[in-house]
Amino acid sequence: MLIDWFTVIAQVVNFLILVWLLKHFLYRPILDAIDAREKRIARELADADAKKAEARKERDEFQHKNEEFDQQRSALMNKVTEEAKTERQRLLDEARQAADALSAKRYEALQNDAHNLNQAISRRTQQEVFAIARKALTDLAAASLEERLAEVFTRRLREMDEQAKRSLGEAIKTASEPALVRSAFDLPAAQRTAIQQALNQAFSAEIPIRFETAPELISGIELTANGQKVAWSIADYLVSLEKGVAELLKEKEQAEAQAQARAQAKKPSVLTQQIGQRAYELYEEHGHKAGHAAEDWEQAEHEIRKEILRPVKTGPKAEIKPRAKANLEPEAEAKPEDKVAHEPASKVDPVPEGKSADKVGSKPAAKDAPGSAAKAEAKPATEAEPKPEGKPVAKPEATAETEPEKKSR
Amino acid sequence: MHLSPDEIIFWQSGFVKLNATIVYTWGLMAVLAVGSKLVTRKLSTGLQRTRWQNLLEIVVTGIDKQIAEVGMSQPQKYLGFLGTLFLFVAMASLFTIVPGYEPPTGSLSTTAALAICVFVAVPLFGIEDQGLGGYLGDYLKPTVIMLPFNIISELSRTLALAVRLFGNMMSGTMILAILLTITPFIFPIAMSALGLLTGMVQAYIFSILATVYIAAATRVRKPKPVPAPEPAAKQ
Repeated sequence: MLIDWFTVIAQVVNFLILVWLLKHFLYRPILDAIDAREKRIARELADADAKKAEARKERDEFQHKNEEFDQQRSALMNKVTEEAKTERQRLLDEARQAADALSAKRYEALQNDAHNLNQAISRRTQQEVFAIARKALTDLAAASLEERLAEVFTRRLREMDEQAKRSLGEAIKTASEPALVRSAFDLPAAQRTAIQQALNQAFSAEIPIRFETAPELISGIELTANGQKVAWSIADYLVSLEKGVAELLKEKEQAEAQAQARAQAKKPSVLTQQIGQRAYELYEEHGHKAGHAAEDWEQAEHEIRKEILRPVKTGPKAEIKPRAKANLEPEAEAKPEDKVAHEPASKVDPVPEGKSADKVGSKPAAKDAPGSAAKAEAKPATEAEPKPEGKPVAKPEATAETEPEKKSR
Repeated sequence: MHLSPDEIIFWQSGFVKLNATIVYTWGLMAVLAVGSKLVTRKLSTGLQRTRWQNLLEIVVTGIDKQIAEVGMSQPQKYLGFLGTLFLFVAMASLFTIVPGYEPPTGSLSTTAALAICVFVAVPLFGIEDQGLGGYLGDYLKPTVIMLPFNIISELSRTLALAVRLFGNMMSGTMILAILLTITPFIFPIAMSALGLLTGMVQAYIFSILATVYIAAATRVRKPKPVPAPEPAAKQ
């Protein structure tokens, strides 16, 4: 028999025991372990997912921040570049303007210097010329000459035209003071009576006269009454001559100054442009380095000026300049002189009312004097030169020199 | 020359006796239990695990998967019984590489005992699953006339299980013994290797058949509730 029933039963029992054993020792622990591991893995995966989500969120956030930062940076960069550009432009403009101003100033100063020099020269020349004339005439003047002058004066009174005669007569009659007759030398009694007679005859009335000596007249006689004046003197003629010369110089100067101004109007700007161009070339040569703008400009200016002056120096430029300066000068000087010359030019001049006749009379003489005064200082004074002359001279010299300077600037 | 290890009797006292089948079975049981105990004593639930644990996990999850493939909705419920069947038969044939060992499955008593276990387990699982009436009702399907045929098939398949396993295991040892007498060199090794293979195949067949029988007994009325847990299982 192949089947042993005891063995069968035993094997069934054995098998059941084995089932229990394996269930207890194998399946359950293994399955539990697997379950635990799966749970753990699931938990870890969930954690990982959560962390991943968090990380993604953070990454997004950082990305966003990064983008923002980039944008801000680029914006700032643009801003800075823009600012630098404008700053550069501004600096360039400033430098250009400064250079323009500098060159203009220099040009102006140069012109002023030349102008002043020419003014001084012409004034001096004028003064010298008149001083010489005055001196020569003063030297010639003498009592015998005075006699002749008195004759001429009386003749003049007689030959006066009607209108002037009437106005002068009225002035003499209405005057509270006696009419003043001034002469360079003391008039002898005969001549005084002759003048008195001539006056009486001219105005057909008894006219009170006061005689006075005025050496600044050089040579001549002058009648002043209540602001009206009749005169014949060499100073008078000299003043008239001065005025004529001044007017001539003024006309000439004005015409040429205009031409000069037109010619030179463009010059600084063209120059500046050239200098600017050259400065930029230098800046490029130096490799676009900042901080040398002023040096570059100086160098460029130097080069350009050199370039321009080289061919021109021998040519017309050298000629033009002095001429312009010589012409510029009289314009300023004509003004004070104009005033001075005005009074003696017309025979009968209205004198400002508030001023006394005495003051008005001395005025032109005083202003004419500086030339002779200057000469008197330079050379030892001649014998004929009277001392009192020094006093009235000192003041006008100062005013005559300072005034034109102020006006010309 | 003996056909079955039952014939090797170490000790006998009347009906009770201690033959090679029982002794070797105990040996297998001891090896299996102690081995599992040793391995599962220090189980790791982390990602790092020992090679032995890995092996056992592969075995257990493999059996579990196999049961699930047959169509059982709750494989772990039957894992103890069916897994033990497979492991016992497989180990019995695997130990044939040990000299002097007689596989207990080579005894018709052992295979009959296993078949009886299956024979008893099938209605037990069926009744547990469907209730007594439900299980017994299966014998009347599709008609009452089929009742005797159903009963016969139940008995015959149990018999077939026992005889198939016995025949294969016994033949394996028998062939080995015969070949050893004819050609003692090399050829028996090849046959022994073949025996290992057939033993594994038999273990698989035996446990799969038992699974199929149990599945047939339990899942007749299952199709209705099955769709419901599926989405739940997916979650």
